[in-house]
Order: sequence, then structure tokens, then C-alpha cells
Amino acid sequence: MLDRMHVLICGGPDCSNTSGAIRDAFKANISKNHIEKEVSIVITGCFGLCALGPHILIYPGEYLYSGISLDDVDEIFNEHIMKNKPVERMLYRGSFNRMKLKNRAELTYFAQQERIALRNCGTINPLDIEEYIARDGYIALGKVLFKYTPTQVIEELKKSGLRGRGGGGFPTGLKWEFAAKSEGEEKYVICNADEGDPGAFMDRAVLEGDPHSVLEAMTICGYAIGAKTGYIYIRAEYPVAVERLELAISQAKKIGLLGKNILESGFDFDIEIRLGAGAFVCGEETALMASIEGERGMPRKKPPFPAVKGLFGKPTNVNNVETFANIPPIFLKGSDWFKSIGTEKSSGTKVFALGGKIANTGLLEVPMGTTLREVIYDIGGGIPNNKKFKAVQTGGPSGGCITEESLDTPIDFDNLIALGSMMGSGGMIVMDEDNCMVDVARFYLEFTVDESCGKCTPCREGTRRMLEILNRICEGKGNMDDLNVLERLARIIKNSSLCGLGQTASNPVLSTLKHFRDEYIAHIKDKACPAGVCSALTKYVILDNCIGCTKCAKNCPVGAITGNVKEKHKINHKLCTKCGACKSVCPVDAISTKPEKWRTAHV
Amino acid sequence: MSKLVNLTIDGIKVSVPEDYTVMKAADSIGISIPRLCFLKGIHEESNCRLCIVQIEGEKGLKTSCSTKVREGMVVQTDNKEIYENICFNLELLAGNHKFECWKCSRENSCEFLDLLRRYNVDNDFSNLELFKPKEIKMNKTSDAMVIDTSKCVLCGRCISACEKLSGLGILNFNHRGSETYVGPALFHNLEDAGCIYCGKCIQACPTGAIQAKDDIKFLERALRDSEKIVICQVAPSIRAALGEEFGYPIGTNVEGQMFAALKKLGINEIIDTNFTADLTIIEEGHEFINRLTNGGKLPMFTSCSPGWVNYLEIYYPELIEHVSSCKSPQQMAGALIKTYYAEKMGIDPKNIFSLSIMPCVAKKAEATREEFGRDGYRDVDCVLTTRELARLIRHRGIPFRELKPIKPYGDLAEYTGAASIFGATGGVMEAALRTVTEILEGKSTPVDFKEVRGLDDIKEATYTVAGQEVNVAVVHGGAGIKAFIKHMRNTDKQYHFVEFMGCTGGCINGGGQPIVSSINQEKYDVRALRAKVLYDIDANTEFRKSHKNPAIKTIYDEFLEKPNSHKAHELLHTTYHKRTFYEV
Repeated sequence: MLDRMHVLICGGPDCSNTSGAIRDAFKANISKNHIEKEVSIVITGCFGLCALGPHILIYPGEYLYSGISLDDVDEIFNEHIMKNKPVERMLYRGSFNRMKLKNRAELTYFAQQERIALRNCGTINPLDIEEYIARDGYIALGKVLFKYTPTQVIEELKKSGLRGRGGGGFPTGLKWEFAAKSEGEEKYVICNADEGDPGAFMDRAVLEGDPHSVLEAMTICGYAIGAKTGYIYIRAEYPVAVERLELAISQAKKIGLLGKNILESGFDFDIEIRLGAGAFVCGEETALMASIEGERGMPRKKPPFPAVKGLFGKPTNVNNVETFANIPPIFLKGSDWFKSIGTEKSSGTKVFALGGKIANTGLLEVPMGTTLREVIYDIGGGIPNNKKFKAVQTGGPSGGCITEESLDTPIDFDNLIALGSMMGSGGMIVMDEDNCMVDVARFYLEFTVDESCGKCTPCREGTRRMLEILNRICEGKGNMDDLNVLERLARIIKNSSLCGLGQTASNPVLSTLKHFRDEYIAHIKDKACPAGVCSALTKYVILDNCIGCTKCAKNCPVGAITGNVKEKHKINHKLCTKCGACKSVCPVDAISTKPEKWRTAHV
Repeated sequence: MSKLVNLTIDGIKVSVPEDYTVMKAADSIGISIPRLCFLKGIHEESNCRLCIVQIEGEKGLKTSCSTKVREGMVVQTDNKEIYENICFNLELLAGNHKFECWKCSRENSCEFLDLLRRYNVDNDFSNLELFKPKEIKMNKTSDAMVIDTSKCVLCGRCISACEKLSGLGILNFNHRGSETYVGPALFHNLEDAGCIYCGKCIQACPTGAIQAKDDIKFLERALRDSEKIVICQVAPSIRAALGEEFGYPIGTNVEGQMFAALKKLGINEIIDTNFTADLTIIEEGHEFINRLTNGGKLPMFTSCSPGWVNYLEIYYPELIEHVSSCKSPQQMAGALIKTYYAEKMGIDPKNIFSLSIMPCVAKKAEATREEFGRDGYRDVDCVLTTRELARLIRHRGIPFRELKPIKPYGDLAEYTGAASIFGATGGVMEAALRTVTEILEGKSTPVDFKEVRGLDDIKEATYTVAGQEVNVAVVHGGAGIKAFIKHMRNTDKQYHFVEFMGCTGGCINGGGQPIVSSINQEKYDVRALRAKVLYDIDANTEFRKSHKNPAIKTIYDEFLEKPNSHKAHELLHTTYHKRTFYEV
């Protein structure tokens, strides 16, 4: 018998702190009213709308509640579940355009998305293989094992035009073909789940919300290239994902979807999990393999490529989580269907982790070819607080900044590279007028310097020198020649580094130097940070729109602010420690760190 | 012969075997591509990024050490872009390098310095007002070796050499990124890290980041101490390599000049470790005969190589009873210098400064072992490597090439051909066989045992001696040792006598020998060239069996009574003990 009502609680990375307690509260109500047989309650994967979590989705009707706290559970239960009256007050509203209440499918945030990799995230119970199967799970595997030869699998994949979602954008079918053509008794399939870009969490969402899709895809890959063993290399910082994967593997084995003689086809495939120790560089495939082998996680020279000589010296195919998550739908619905989505050279969809100065931070999946503007303004809800858009950074520490004039560019692998950035794993950080671009470059470079493995000269030595120069500029101690040295260093690191980490490490610097050179020059020549971010160059000042509420003075920890009630206050710069407490409490935004020259007039 | 492919390098057409790299192809036509991390067969990781070339039709720059040649390939090894990249990467390395070239053991064999010269590298990154140098980590508490990270270019050659040649993994990168440094794990000192001091890392290092502990000053002070008599012993293989430091081709015998130089340095007495090598054969030979005929522990292992003894004590302590109780020739000589020789010359042993010139780094640590001294003084006070001796000679301005060869005199300087081959792998075994067979058979036996010569990691032979089959094996290099012991444990074959050397090739390729550049390491088998010197000496000596050495007869008559006597045991034999590492 079907349940009368289904309650899905978002268990995504952000929401999972409270989702367990919310579930327990619902369960307590359910058992108090003895309706266990009528209502099912499940913690599912990430809904994507992380800014407003935790969420609850109630079927029928697909009612989406957002920003739920434990105190709200009783009301939702009593009204919606017991009396079938949705609590309108708590339903999700289009956050900034104050739309009428809507169900999930109609929300702009979801309406413009096309969910392939995330198809089951937030929909199924990731702990239950049956729910995956109910959503056509493992049908693609069955189809492949009984209707396709390995060569046909690869042909179909090549036709689909799927490109690697981990950053490089290499055609997946071609990659499989190389591994398939390599001779060897033993071959390996590796799922790269060492997600490391700051702010990106799409792989985690898939692994936590839909672990079986990865297992199914890896098995298909094993069949195609002739491998019997797969490894999932996952960061140890994802314990929930690890737990769910382990459960998924044991469930799949139990019913013959993994292990010996899968679906009685005679094909054997087994998957093991390997935990990463947190080095960003281990997301680079050769470093990843070294790490699985028990070696220090350092990239190896290519060639030989993993498809020829990979894990333990055997032919190996490495794909990332999102790439694998795309595989089962391709074989279910056919390569033509997949090819029909997206652009000519980049088919399908891409998941982005939207963050920074944006209304709807979260996870979204859009067809390739969607413009940056659509993602930022339509789905992302634009920049909050009426601030001015400055740039969007894509591709994490390997990517670059894209400015206003390029916002109408359709997103695909090649267009982003042409703009001096890259797709990367899909991190997208929006920046507004309050972001200092020198500081942004410094932030990313700091990350690379920290995460460089130290193997090759340019990356190890060069990035550190670049960072030292940027630090100097941010402190107002730079000189104009520094920009030449930066560019020279950037070029040489790019040209001569061993792996992708080094080859792309200078992108954040190069792209900010290209688009925001004036900001660099302001730091050097005017000794000023136009965005008011670099603390050595900033001064807190109270503007004329101060209403004299005294909040700033009360909150200043060092008593640096003085002034009478209802009169403009003043900051004593000898005492000010630039902690920012005043700025954050000012109700009228009358405290600024920006130098006068770059201050925008306030209304 | 593999297939030939045709390619063009810098406009020159060349045909090379298809398994060549671009670097090797360029080498073959005399185009020298710069390199720092490449060490053929040992470290081929292309991480220094200096050997970059441009290949027509390909994006970006490629490392020539890892790029295989292809038919029709057009390669450019130098242009503005390549030049800029090399210069800048060198400049980056120089910014973190502490230049102390005057006191560096690699003063004239530094591959890094050569490259800095070749590219006339700017040194802007060492401007301390603008850039911070990396933190220096010194690992210098061991008796044998020093790691100084301020000289390290992080090429990784030492790490690979330790792994591939010694079969160990003492060294690795620690930390990461710009804080990376080479050393044992977790800040441990070398002496606590299971290191056997074979020094393969030193021979692999392109700079002076890993060096033998520098004892030159220690000797210089002793030479200026009016109360000290400096008595020096010289190991068999020094004479086969020292000449390389003075421009002689690899494989030149400079025995006479070596002794002359030592005299010039102000050494009071010179003896030859070759003499105690002969003595070792007598003592070890009799010990072996005793074990063989009286049901002792077999196989018996040799004990002359301190690298091997370290290996045994650290990694295979359960096999200690197999190893001969004989001290190494260095320590036998040390013990005799401070007893027999002191007495004979009428010197108070306290006033003797016992110096030893060794091809070996582990000897420095061996000399400090607790067992090797008496009455509060050490048998060997100071051990210098071949390299240190060469530096001292150079620094003193002694015109080595013009020196008139001399022969040392005195009782402890006579040697046979058997002793001279101690320095090559198989040499100790062959010398022992020459004596043992003759004693057991009671008649003259052949001189040559060629089966145990050569450079295979593990050599085996079976000889019938006095009606009994004797299985011998010769093993050299840590990796070989590891492989052999594994094999020995899994086989039913009863070995009787095994020679072990810590270094591949034996002492002639010891960790204290002159550095051979990476390019020459690829070009020549240094081990074979130096070993030939020793075998040539052997072939040309009057006596070729240790027990025929007249001086050996004298010392037993005058002092030691007979082989394995009580007195011999007291002075010439020792004990071993289990050692641990990475203990907290």
C-alpha cells in the first residue's frame, strides 16, 4: 500500500546538522498519533538551495518548506500532515522577488535547471537501494551487460559527447577507449571523489544523495574497458558519503548488482573505497593513484598516461563523480537524448556550486550553454543589498575571473577557457563591489601555495614568490616592477609546471591583472584598496548619513568611536584596530572602509 | 637492436633507436640539454623542469628526459622561450640556496652551480628585504652524514637512490609545497631512522645537500698538534678513484701519488689497510674453517662492510650469529696501530692520532662504535673519505699530478693481490677462497675464482673443497641484500659462505668516493672501471694469497701467536647487537 504522505528532509552538507533532529521530531509525532503506516519520512540528499536550508519536501503536492527549525515541526505536522493544510507561512517563496507560494517544480530556481547528475538527489532515500532501482536504477547496467559489447558501450558514450566534469573536460568516451585498447590482464576503474576546490560540493551531494548512480556507472565502465576492480578515492572529510557508499556497496553486492557474476551475466566487478588524507593535489589523477598505492601523493609525469600505465602500473581509467553520475542516464535514454542537451561541443549539463555575493547560494544543474547571466540573475537571484556586480570566479583556484561584459557568454568548456578561466569542477563565486580583486587573487594563490605538493620547481618555488609579491602589494609595499615580475612568474609557472595544479595556479592572478589592473595600480601607487578590504590600506570612516544611533560606539571594543546621540560620530584612528565591529552593526551602512575616491554615493 | 627513428634536433638530422628519449638523442649528437633531477635508471621523474624543449606541432614545453623520440619529430632545444623558462626556474632555486661554496664538499662537482654559471643566473629572489628564504633544517647529529636543506634543490635523486639502490626508504619529502624538505620521516635524526650510511644518496645528490660529516678540520688540528703522531691507513679502493678528483680518467691507479700526497700533508706514518685485509682473510678464513668442520652456524657472513653490518643489525638482527666475528680491516688496523705498532715504535698510544682514509661514509660511524677502543681512546680517531682527502690535498695546494710516486714502508704496509681486490664486489670472497681452499686441501690451489667477480647483484658458485661441496654467494648493494636474504629464507639450498657489501659494486663505489656527475654515471659503469684497477694490481703482485704475505707471518710470530688465538680475539674480533630505529 502506498503511503498517504511522504516527507523528505534535506540531508545535504549544509542541512545535515539539523536534519536528524527534525526527522526524530516528526517520528515522535507520527508514533504518538499511530500513523506509521500512513506517512513515510526519509532523509534524502541535497536539495540544492543551501542558502535557505534546512528544507522539507512533502508529497503529494511537492510542498517545499524552507528554513525549518525544530520548533516548526509540530505545526507542520499538526496542520499539513494531520489536516492536509499546508502552512503557507513557512513555505518557500522565491526569495527576493516575493513570488506567491509555489511547489518545487515551479520555482524559478528549479524550473531552469535540468537535473541529470543530480536527478535523484533530494528525491530518493540514499540508504535504500530499492528507491534507486525504482527510479530506473541499474537498468542501464542491465542493458549494457546484455545488449552491448564493450566496444558498443564506448561508441555510444563517444556519441553522447560527454566530457569529464572534474575540470579538464576531456571526452570521456575517448578516455574509456584508450583504457580499453591498452593491453593487460588487470585494469582498474577509479572514481575520483577527492573533491577539493574551495566551495565546490557537487560530488559530495551526489555521493551522499545518490551513491548507487556512481556504483552503477563504474560497473559499466569496468565492463567497457575490461576491468574487474574499481576504487573510489574519497576524502576522509566526507564521512557521511563514505558511510553511504559502504552501505550502497554492500546492498548492491547482496542482490547481485556488484561482485561476482553480476546479474548472472558472467561479468565480475568489485568496488573498494580508499580514503584520501586531505591533500588537494590528490585530485590530480596521477597523484591520486600514487596515494592509493600508499606513496606520497605527488603527481607523476605524463606520458605514460593512466590509460596505459596507471594504478599499480596497470591500465586505469579515472573519472570524477559527476562524470560517472551522468553515465547511467546516457545508457537509459540514449546518446542522442544526451547530445540534444547543451551545446554542440559540450553536451549535457553541468552542476555548479554557486556562492559568494549571491542571493541563492547552493547547488544547481543547468544545461551547457546557459549564460552566466541566467545562472547569476535568474537562478541565483542576483546580488543582494543592491550591490554592483564585479566579477564571477569560476574553476576554483585554477580558474579566473569573468567580468560584466562577458556575462552573456554561454557556459561551456571552451568558452570559459577562451575567457581566461575554466570550468573546473564547477565552483562559481560571485563578487561585488566590496571585493578587492588583488585580495581575491591572493586568496586563491594562498590556497595553491598551501596545496602545492612541492615536486616541481616552478610550482613549489614560483607560487610562493608570487604570493610574497601579492602580500606586499596588499600591504601597500609593492612597486610597479612587481607587476612585471608577477606576470613573468605567472607565465613560467604556467609553461613549465608538471601537473595541472601548477599549470593553472597563476590563472587567478593573470585574469585579475588583465581585468582589474587599475586595482593593482591603486594598491601600489595610491597605497589604497579601492574595495576597502586590504586592512593595511584601509581606514574606517563614518559618512554623512550617520544617524547618531550610537550603536557603533557601544560596540567598539577599544572605545575608538565618539559622538553625541543623533549626531554624526567620529572614529579615532589612533585607537581603531580595524576589527569591523562598527561596520557590521551600523543600521544605515554609514561606515565605510573605502577610500573617498572609490566610494559610491549613498542615497 | 631496436628500430631506428629519424628526427631533427636543432636542425640536425639524427637516427636513434626508438626507445631513446629526446634528451638521450640530443646527447648522442653532442647537444647538451640542461638537467638537474635526471639520474638515469634511478630518478626519472622530470620534476626539475629544466630539460624542457619545444616540439613542433605540440602545445607548450616538454621535458626531454621523459619524452620519447618519434619518427619525423622536430625538436628545438633552445630558443628565447626555453631560455627564459630555464633561467627563471634556476633563479627561483637560487633564491632558496645558501651559497657557501668555499666550504661545500661539492666545491667543484656541483651540478647546480654548473647550471647557474651556464645561464649566468640572476639572484634577485635572494633579496631578503623582498623575499623570505625557506626555513633551514639541519640533520647533523649522526657520526657519518649531514643533511643540510639550505643546499637542497629538492630534485629527489637521493630519495630514489635510497629506494632503488639500498632497498630502503630512509629519505623522503617531508611537508609539502614551498616547505618541502628532504629527510627521514617526522623530524627524526638519521641515526634513529634505520639509515645504514651507504651514502648512495650522497652520490646521487647534485649539490652538497647531503654530505659525509666533514672531518677535515679535525685532522688539520691534529696535524698542528705537536704532541700527536698522526698514523694513517689507506683502504684498498682509494687508489682506484682518488685520481678522478685530479682530472685523471675514471679507472686510473694513483697509489704512489696518493702516498706521496699523504706524506706532503704531514702525516707521520703511513700504513696500508691492505695489510689488515690480508689479516682479515687469515682470521676470517680460520673462523670459516672452524664453522665448517666443527658444525658451527652456517652460512657464515662476511663482516668487512660497515654498511652491511648496519643493515644486518638493524633489519636482520636474528641473523647476527651468522656474521663473522672479525672486525673490519679498518678496525683491525686501528687496534694494531695503538697496540702492536705503538709498542714497537715506543710511542704512548694516547699520543697517536689514528687516521683512516676510506671510500666509505659508514666507516666514520664504525670508528665510533663503543667496542672499538681501549683504555679511554679510540682505535681509529678520524676517518676521512676519498673526497675529503682530495679536498685537503687541493686546498693545501699540493700539485698532485706532479708528485713522484712513493711506496710506504714499515711492517703494516705490505699486501698481497688478495688484499687489493677487497674493494670490489666478490673480492673478499675470492681472497678468502684462495686461502681457505689451500688450507683445507693441504696443497696449492688455483688463484682465480672468476665466478664471484662481476657486477650482478647476486652471484653464486659452488666449489668442491677437500671433498665437500661449498656453496658461496656474493651480494652487494642494499637492494641486492634484501633480495638475497628473502631468497635465502625461501630456499632449501645450504649456503656456506656469503660475502655482503653495503654498496653496489663494493667499496670502489662506496659512499665516500669521488662524485661522478649524472651525465657520466649514464655514460660509464664506474664500478667496472674502478674494479679493473684493483684486479690489475692483483694480477701484478708477487704474492696473491693472503697467507703468503711475509709481514702476516711476522705479526703472528711476534705478536698474535696464531689465527683465532686469545690475543687475536681480543684485538681483532668483535660482537654485534640488535639495533632499533624510529623508537620514541
